[in-house]
Amino acid sequence: MLRVETLRLAPLPSLTFQVADGECLTVEGASGSGKTRLLRAIADLDPVEGLIFLDGAERHEIPGPRWRAQVRYVAAEPGWWSDTPRGTFPPDAVDSERVERQLANVGLTPEHLDRDIGHLSTGERARLAFVRALQGEPKALLLDEPTAALDPASAALVEEQIRFQLYVGRIVVLATHDVGLSQRVSHTRLMLPKPRLATPQPTGGPA
Amino acid sequence: MTYVSLTPVDLALAALLLVLTSGLSLAFRLGLERSIATSALRMCVQLGIVGFLLKLVFESGSLLATAGFALMMLVATAYEVASRQERRFQGVASYLIGGAAPFLAGLIATVFAVTAIIGSEPWWSPRFLLPILGMMIGNALAGVTLVLDTITSAATREKSAIEGRLALGATRWDALQDVLRRGLRTGLTPILSAMAVAGVVSLPGMMTGQILAGADPVEAMKYQIMIMFLIAGATGVAVVLAGLISVALLTDERHRLRLDRLVPVKKPDA
Repeated sequence: MLRVETLRLAPLPSLTFQVADGECLTVEGASGSGKTRLLRAIADLDPVEGLIFLDGAERHEIPGPRWRAQVRYVAAEPGWWSDTPRGTFPPDAVDSERVERQLANVGLTPEHLDRDIGHLSTGERARLAFVRALQGEPKALLLDEPTAALDPASAALVEEQIRFQLYVGRIVVLATHDVGLSQRVSHTRLMLPKPRLATPQPTGGPA
Repeated sequence: MTYVSLTPVDLALAALLLVLTSGLSLAFRLGLERSIATSALRMCVQLGIVGFLLKLVFESGSLLATAGFALMMLVATAYEVASRQERRFQGVASYLIGGAAPFLAGLIATVFAVTAIIGSEPWWSPRFLLPILGMMIGNALAGVTLVLDTITSAATREKSAIEGRLALGATRWDALQDVLRRGLRTGLTPILSAMAVAGVVSLPGMMTGQILAGADPVEAMKYQIMIMFLIAGATGVAVVLAGLISVALLTDERHRLRLDRLVPVKKPDA
């Protein structure tokens, strides 16, 4: 179980919620409302005040890398540090039948692993990053706009894989603009309030 | 072969060339006359002060004065490295890393040179220690500046790749290994090319100085080779130190990338 207690993400009110194994929490809200910041905070990628527990252990009781191996954050625009996706997968897992199946499940082939990153479409990269995040059996997946860059057919495939991850007991926290997706996969929905706009100065014109 | 002492008249003659440069600046309307005059004046004052200070330190032959002069070098190094960065670390960290890495490495190489190789008596004899330390720090400084610049800009540019690795459970050392390696390689480039072209393209400054002072070219060459080896060693240590410290400062104990610790330095328009 993932439990978040009094997490402070200014200017939001302090957040407290929990997500049980096999359940999905979707985070909705306008751009700039803090969806990405919330996911990054749960993955402990930014220093944020508050308590986050995974199966009873607070994040500070566990070294950062081990926490993130369990609580996987998948960015909306995933990072690549090798010429081809293959170099960013764990080397012992990359040629397994399992990865081949996981790739096929989202409409990709092992051949995509050896394409140049620059020659892959945004949607292909997003799906490769999704499969990459499944390696090493994390307990929780934090997905930032997993279907935003995908065509409807691929989006349906990824959505089905999210359901499968829930079925095998993973925790999923999903940030999305897509109300339909949120309604279909979520057990709980979290709406972040609209960000307050800075009030314009009465004397200042456009800079 | 004897040492030819320069008189103020000789220096004034040499300054004529500077006047020529200023004249060119006027003729081509480069607007550099002022800068030429002030930089030349600044150089004279700086070298004058250092020359007389060194004379005092050499004559006193005291350990304290030697240490004091070395300390002055440390402060100047820290300031110089920090001022050459495009992005620098917040607060004193920037000065600590820029000063400590070249100075420590320079000191190690220098102490090794004066004790094990030259064998001056006493080992801290300022006539040997200070010029060698100066050359070590000067070169290490160039390397460290490059390392810091490469690592801070690469980490900023490749934020999403680094955080992608961290998010999959990589440690900060794994996540930043490519950036670190690139930084170290860049930092070591100047000394490698200096060794490659030494004597072919350029006569190294110290060797030139010794030859002008009347030393046998072969003797001067031997000294120069020793100095090159020392510089390579000092630069290597300084570059690695600076690289490791900057990776440690760019991340925290939770293995998060902390680009918020960098502040952009405004470049003066020049």
